[in-house]
Amino acid sequence: MHDTVTVEYLRWIVLLPLLGAVLNGVTGAAIQKALGKRAISVIACAPVVLAFGLAVRAFVQLRALAPESRLLLDRLFTWMSVGGLHVDIAFQADPLSAVMVLVVTGVGGLIHIYSIGYMHDEKSYWRYFGFLNLFTFAMLTLVLADNLLLMFVGWEGVGLCSYALIGFWYTDWDKASAGSKAFIVNRVGDFGFMLGTFLLFWILSGLGHPTLAFREIGAQAHLLAGQTFAGMDAVTLITLLMFVGACGKSAQIPLYVWLPDAMAGPTPVSALIHAATMVTAGVYMIGRMNFLYSMAPTTLAVVAFGGALTALFAATIGLAQNDIKRVLAYSTISQLGYMFLAMGVGAYAAGIFHLMTHAFFKACLFLGSGSVIHGMHGEQDMRRMGGLRRWMPYTYWTFLISTVAIAGIPPTSGFFSKDEILWKAFSSAHGGVVLWAMGFTGAGLTAFYMFRQVFMTFHGECRADHHTQEHIHESPAVMTYPLVALAVLALVGGFVGVPAALGGANEFEQWLAPVFGHGHAAAHAGHHVEWSEYLLMGLSVAIAVTGILVARAMYLTKSLSPDSFAELAHGKPYRVVYNKYYVDELYEAVFVNGTLWLTRVAAWFDQHVIDGIVNGAAQVTTMVSWLNGLFDNYVIDGLVNGIATVVNFVGGRVRRLQTGSINAYLYVVVIAVVGVMIARLF
Amino acid sequence: MIGLPHYLVVSLIVFLLGLYCVLTRRNAIGILMGVELILNSANINYIAFARYSSGGYDGQVFAVFVIMLAAAEATIGLAIVLGIYQTFQTIDVEATETLRG
Repeated sequence: MHDTVTVEYLRWIVLLPLLGAVLNGVTGAAIQKALGKRAISVIACAPVVLAFGLAVRAFVQLRALAPESRLLLDRLFTWMSVGGLHVDIAFQADPLSAVMVLVVTGVGGLIHIYSIGYMHDEKSYWRYFGFLNLFTFAMLTLVLADNLLLMFVGWEGVGLCSYALIGFWYTDWDKASAGSKAFIVNRVGDFGFMLGTFLLFWILSGLGHPTLAFREIGAQAHLLAGQTFAGMDAVTLITLLMFVGACGKSAQIPLYVWLPDAMAGPTPVSALIHAATMVTAGVYMIGRMNFLYSMAPTTLAVVAFGGALTALFAATIGLAQNDIKRVLAYSTISQLGYMFLAMGVGAYAAGIFHLMTHAFFKACLFLGSGSVIHGMHGEQDMRRMGGLRRWMPYTYWTFLISTVAIAGIPPTSGFFSKDEILWKAFSSAHGGVVLWAMGFTGAGLTAFYMFRQVFMTFHGECRADHHTQEHIHESPAVMTYPLVALAVLALVGGFVGVPAALGGANEFEQWLAPVFGHGHAAAHAGHHVEWSEYLLMGLSVAIAVTGILVARAMYLTKSLSPDSFAELAHGKPYRVVYNKYYVDELYEAVFVNGTLWLTRVAAWFDQHVIDGIVNGAAQVTTMVSWLNGLFDNYVIDGLVNGIATVVNFVGGRVRRLQTGSINAYLYVVVIAVVGVMIARLF
Repeated sequence: MIGLPHYLVVSLIVFLLGLYCVLTRRNAIGILMGVELILNSANINYIAFARYSSGGYDGQVFAVFVIMLAAAEATIGLAIVLGIYQTFQTIDVEATETLRG
């Protein structure tokens, strides 16, 4: 292993947001009353901005090091030491962590600033920022942790904050239950993650290396090859279990159902947690454990296929949604699917690249939709919008740029990252035409539904009622500046990863190469057939443009009627898609009602069997005690009373002897003496 | 010549007188006096047997012992009688039968 550079400032990246969270969370109400919301904003935003500064410092320091020794370590103290296991509270920054930290603090910082404007009229302003900071803390713990256990702390922490912020307006039943849904579905995934961790630790302990630190697992990973558990390949099992955790956190089939409902939270929360950062935790985790995934081709196939299926599936649902945030939610699920597709074909760098660009444009889209909702006074239905570009130029242009980016039009960031993924899906040793075709179709659908959204929201005639129309306004500068910053990033962010085919050096991939050594090599296997890369590139741009044109024809020029498509095959496909494939209903029927049915069975069992046993036991006890009582009354008492009666009877007779007359006693004495004497004589 | 049988007869007479006195008296003090007679008849026997046996002073010693015992007995007896009198205002033993069963 290479020497690691020990530093002291990584901890502050994590601890600063925690400080903000504690300040705002504990004393926020008092501060807000005494000093106003401005003080709360400063307490909340300053730590994240400072953390971003430190992250940049870490990035610069890493760049200065030789590529293979790029690892900063900040060890605080030993957390626990049990047997051979030593777990540290320690943070590490390698190229992968550095990218994640920059995204979390950078995009997160912008969203914090944006929130100042968006949440301005909120009464529990301090509570919102407290949770937002706590979330940032947990997310940074997750990406900077140097061992699985500390990572799991962050993993659970982001889930908790997600729950708290989805249900931020907890007086609304629907929103509160959306929070619970997110938490419960996430728990299913977390369970898999924990099992995976346990299994990994167990098997490593069995091999004499009880450790959970990533570097040590990485160093010992070769020992795991060939190990089996319960008849299955251990590495496959471990990675599959961890993938279940990633599915829950990153909203993949079948555990994606919580993410659309998570839109009940404030829009900046959707942007930060449910688009840019938390939902990418699963992708990050696979990237972090890439040495294990590379050892398990079966798992990679599952990840790739699950990702591609999710990408396509969620995109089709996105076609028919009318809620501005729901479209974005399904789009997020779909884009996460692309990231998993990349991970599954061993193109880890491409997945992380898309993670980063997606963070830029999806955060921008969400914040843009938040700006729209803000301007429309809470309206979220796109059918009652339209023509908004007249009132909201900043929002419109930033939203448009990000939409172009997500559609994958060159030279925006989305083009480079998505195309990289599609190319790797096609060319990688783990990929294939089927995976590529799924991603390719999804890309066309993405372009269509995103431009449908743009046209419905910003173009055409305004369909809002008169009163709302009068009050539509552009958002304040504190909200538009972050939008502009994110739009610029969405536009140019892709240039760090220009592929070799387009004359670039793909610096992003090179930057991550020390972390993804093996996968990097595998993904490069088929790089000599460059003409097919150009062909695929052309095809994906073509399908994106087609999607845009169809959307334009349907929703802008109205030369194509969307209704005629909706009526296809008697409207059945449309209804299925509009109702999100009835997955929620299916889960409701199977899991919710199944659980209810199970509880009813348990209740019946409880009432009839358990209660019967308890009552039966009581009756037997009553019976036995009744018999006992009889024995007591008649035998024991009879004995006691009988003895008393005998004594009484004898006493009654004997008392006659006691005459009280001394003369009588003396007579007895004399007669007795005489009697004895006579007896002696004869 | 007066021999052992004479003493024993006197002793028997005194014993019988005492016994009669004890059995028939209703006066507590009378009973005590009867007891004294019985004790003294025993003393006569002791002395007589001591005189007419092979010699030695065992009998005399016992007689003196019995006299001493009789004195103690009379003391305690009289004290009891005094107590009875204070409680019942009488020393008639027929009247004091509180302990009759």
